[in-house]
Amino acid sequence: MDNQQATSADTFIKGLWRDNPVFVQVLGMCPVLAVTNSAVNALTMGLATLFVLLMSNIMVSLLRNWIPKEVRIASFILIIATFVTLVDYVIQAISLDLHKNLGAFISLIVVNCLILGRAEAFASKHPPLSSVLDALGMGTGFTFALLCMGSIRELLGNGSVFGWALFADSYQPWVVMILPSGGFFTLGVLMLVINRINKRVALSNARSEA
Amino acid sequence: MNSESVATIFINAALVNNFVLAYFLGICPFLGVSAKLATATRMGAAVCFVMLVSSLSAYGINMLLEATGATFLRLICFIVVIASMVQLVEMFVRKSSPTLFKALGIFLPLITTNCAILGLALFQTNKGYDMIQSVFYALGAGVGFTLALVLMAGIREKLALATLPDSVDGTAISLMIAGILSLAFMGFAGLG
Repeated sequence: MDNQQATSADTFIKGLWRDNPVFVQVLGMCPVLAVTNSAVNALTMGLATLFVLLMSNIMVSLLRNWIPKEVRIASFILIIATFVTLVDYVIQAISLDLHKNLGAFISLIVVNCLILGRAEAFASKHPPLSSVLDALGMGTGFTFALLCMGSIRELLGNGSVFGWALFADSYQPWVVMILPSGGFFTLGVLMLVINRINKRVALSNARSEA
Repeated sequence: MNSESVATIFINAALVNNFVLAYFLGICPFLGVSAKLATATRMGAAVCFVMLVSSLSAYGINMLLEATGATFLRLICFIVVIASMVQLVEMFVRKSSPTLFKALGIFLPLITTNCAILGLALFQTNKGYDMIQSVFYALGAGVGFTLALVLMAGIREKLALATLPDSVDGTAISLMIAGILSLAFMGFAGLG
């Protein structure tokens, strides 16, 4: 029983850091770079992706014994597209401005490799409960990564986070950070830092074992 | 209906609003297949072709959906058509050039989940392009994608000979280069 619980907790936790979809697996890069020019956009996108990931993982996991192997990818994509259409209309109903800001990128959640990847690699082989945990873990990890990017870019590029100005008026915003190239730079630097941390940890682990 | 000239549309899609460097579409293959120049060129050609075909089909489907009033099915229809197109190209490449098929590997089927293709279909619908405009839009997007991919591959081939610090190696340095490329492409703003 203990062992069972440990595995299910691990299913959830691995998405947060060790197998973080963005920083470690480098999946679903397009929205990570495209909609993170402000923290609000990033959070909305993260939550939308989390929802689609959760629902599609549940559906795929429930249907995993009925879907023939040959057409599984097409079936997964259909399931995902259905939920994405749903999310698209919901966001449009809640806030038209937000929908305009995110543009086509909500529809493009369909082709987020992260979701299809989880459906194929996890949900199609595991029962619903652990699929839910997996989706929650991965989705939270993804949202976290988006939020990191969005906050950093908005802070440097606009001097604010979630629209709250944090710096004095004399602050000269780095406009480049909210432009497309800023996305590449921010993600590059974040990856560098994470590589560095992981290397340090691995090194100290090796030392303590020796 | 949109009245932009085809030349404007082409230059816009290829340079000013480059799909990879300005819209961030198709980043996965951009980072994944850009290690070698030869592979990058072929991948670009494959994407160009798929773009052209799926843009035409998307135009047709959209007309059909608008006539029947079932526009909420747009996304689902687009993705199914694109998936079948990719399947077609995959079969063609496997038959005509097994070496290329091996070199592209997993990235060929992954064109299905290449956001650039679906993005193209969605953008052209949103902008209300007619058939000729759509074709030029697809061509421009394809050329822009190939251009970005080839530039990146060229730089990365040179970079393989340089000594880099451990932590920067891999994705981190690729992203920084992409950032600089994207800055360079901003110079095209105002063209067209």
